[in-house]
Amino acid sequence: MRLVLRRVAPALRSGGYGVLAAGLLILVWEGYKLIGSPDGVSVGGVRLLPRADDASMPHVGQILERFGRPEVAAAGSPTVLVAVLRAMWFSFRVALAGWFGGVVVGMLLALLMQRFRTARDALLPYVVVSQTVPLVAIAPVVVGWGGNLAVFGQPWQPWQSVAVISGYLAFFPVAVGMLRGLDSPTAAQLGLMHSCAASYWQTLIRLRLPASVGHLIPALRLAAAASVVGAIVAEISTGTRGGIGRLIIEYAQSATGDPPKPWTALLGAAALGLVAAGMVGLADLALGRFTPAKGAR
Amino acid sequence: MRRTDRRPARRSALFGLGAALVVAGLTACSTTTGTSSASSSTSAGASASGGGALKPVKLQLQWFTQAQFAGYFAAVDQGFYKDAGLDVQILEGGVDIVPQTVLAQGQADYAIAWVPKALASREQGAGITDVAQIFQRSGTLQVSFKDKNITKAADLKGKKVGNWGFGNEFELFAGITKAGLAAGKDLTLVQQQFDMQALLKGDIDAAQAMIYNEYAQVLEAKNAATGALYKPEDFNAIDWNAEGTAMLQDAIWANTEKLSDAAYQDQTVKFIAASLEGWAFCRDNASKCRDIVVAKGSKLGASHQLWQTNEINKLIWPSPKGAGVIDQAAWDQTVKIALEAKNAEGKTVLTKAPEGLAYTNDYVNKAIELLKADGVDVNGTSFAPITVELKEGGA
Repeated sequence: MRLVLRRVAPALRSGGYGVLAAGLLILVWEGYKLIGSPDGVSVGGVRLLPRADDASMPHVGQILERFGRPEVAAAGSPTVLVAVLRAMWFSFRVALAGWFGGVVVGMLLALLMQRFRTARDALLPYVVVSQTVPLVAIAPVVVGWGGNLAVFGQPWQPWQSVAVISGYLAFFPVAVGMLRGLDSPTAAQLGLMHSCAASYWQTLIRLRLPASVGHLIPALRLAAAASVVGAIVAEISTGTRGGIGRLIIEYAQSATGDPPKPWTALLGAAALGLVAAGMVGLADLALGRFTPAKGAR
Repeated sequence: MRRTDRRPARRSALFGLGAALVVAGLTACSTTTGTSSASSSTSAGASASGGGALKPVKLQLQWFTQAQFAGYFAAVDQGFYKDAGLDVQILEGGVDIVPQTVLAQGQADYAIAWVPKALASREQGAGITDVAQIFQRSGTLQVSFKDKNITKAADLKGKKVGNWGFGNEFELFAGITKAGLAAGKDLTLVQQQFDMQALLKGDIDAAQAMIYNEYAQVLEAKNAATGALYKPEDFNAIDWNAEGTAMLQDAIWANTEKLSDAAYQDQTVKFIAASLEGWAFCRDNASKCRDIVVAKGSKLGASHQLWQTNEINKLIWPSPKGAGVIDQAAWDQTVKIALEAKNAEGKTVLTKAPEGLAYTNDYVNKAIELLKADGVDVNGTSFAPITVELKEGGA
């Protein structure tokens, strides 16, 4: 219990700092609006500081107020807040599916690459290369394949394409991080296992996997961020309806006449990223006893 | 020593077996669209009152749901497609979805695309054919504040001129060239964002705008000086139809290869007929059509969508030769500009004249005959646009 408390207290403290940072950000935003030029600051035709007028940078109050009004003036239209929350929930589930798929694939790849030298030599370069392919190039291809697939008799759904793209971004940090973790036991530790005639599986379960947790947790966090970014970009790219990425670009079309509206969707996307990172924080708490620095006791 | 040598070999054999099983599993769970869509069509057909199974058809749009595509949504909503025996699924576009590519790859049965862009894809090997020219006129404007005195292309001399690039800019460049101006020398070109802030803030003198979208966005914005919304009187707009450098825009494209198949030919005629019936419905019921689009989940406001419906109607109606018929002169002008007009990078849309079956009026003419027999007005001679009052933010 005390151990848990000792882990929760810093989390609460950092949460407090998070709120403080958000407050500071609002102060900077409004402060800039107060002193900044409505035309921004340009040097030689290149704008260095943004315009401070209400169309470019709406007041925080205006953005919050926009959340409370209906998104379009039609009967039965939900408020922006409800629309943003719904979109966040949609994207969250898609990103979670992508994250989960990415983590499983990443872990399997890491295990494979750790076990077989050939697999490592053959796969690792492609794992790295996979992340240099721009997302916008993959998206139409995934959508194209998806249109011809059926999984367990169910026709392919557009959100599944988004989840695949999201997972495509998420597997990389896990594969690389986990591989490092599996490799991290020292020669002395491995020698001890060997002297006990431990099999590969025993060594894996009792030594390599616990040792990998310290490297895995940050990788999972990176994967969470990547899966959210992947889901948002993939929604925009493929035109999949329902999520926060799609909402961002739909609201962006109103930027001229209704400036606060696009910012509401952006805030929703930022909040989604925080939620995803927070979820991994919980996993960290659960797996805490394996992390070397704190788990040593 | 020998034992340890053998173990990895056995493991990798095991791994090979495992990998083979995974591959087998993957192939087992993936089937082609044929079977899945066939089963879904039977269920849809059973629920239809007519009895016979509906033919599933996919239509790929260029962009999100908005009134630019109202006719197709109306045809679904009003059951025109169903009456023609088609179960039409409308696929929304996205930033990186190229409708003509989706069509050429067989992911959709028909696609909506601008003629110059589709012709460029054709030149790169996409086997597609324009089977109905829905928009008879171009909706592209070059909008400027009244005090800049820009009413024709020649007035752009010495001005900062915004354009979108990405193949949306060629009417402007053709207009500039036609007016005897050189793009880099006589005027400054500015890459424009997809909102109109740059025009309103005075960063650019003339901004590219679609009459049914960005132009309306300007009229939905509040003029900080007066506290009221901007009015059409505050602006001048160059209309490329009047300048003679307009290019054809939204058209229904079909898969060229499949057009040799009699069943697809028949389906194409029915699809065009039902789509035109949808557009005729929108011509006569603009606000009903707006409601259909808004109900489909468009995030653009209701007054904005009504404006868009009305402006789209003006691009289609009246159609003296019949809605959807490709006018030879307009087509030739589009191809000529596509071959000659150079953009800021010195590129033309096409490098050579379109080959093969780039367009045909065979199907749209048959569709028009069908509609005439049903008493649908396919010319819209008496069409009169409505007056739309835009609200702040398009609400």
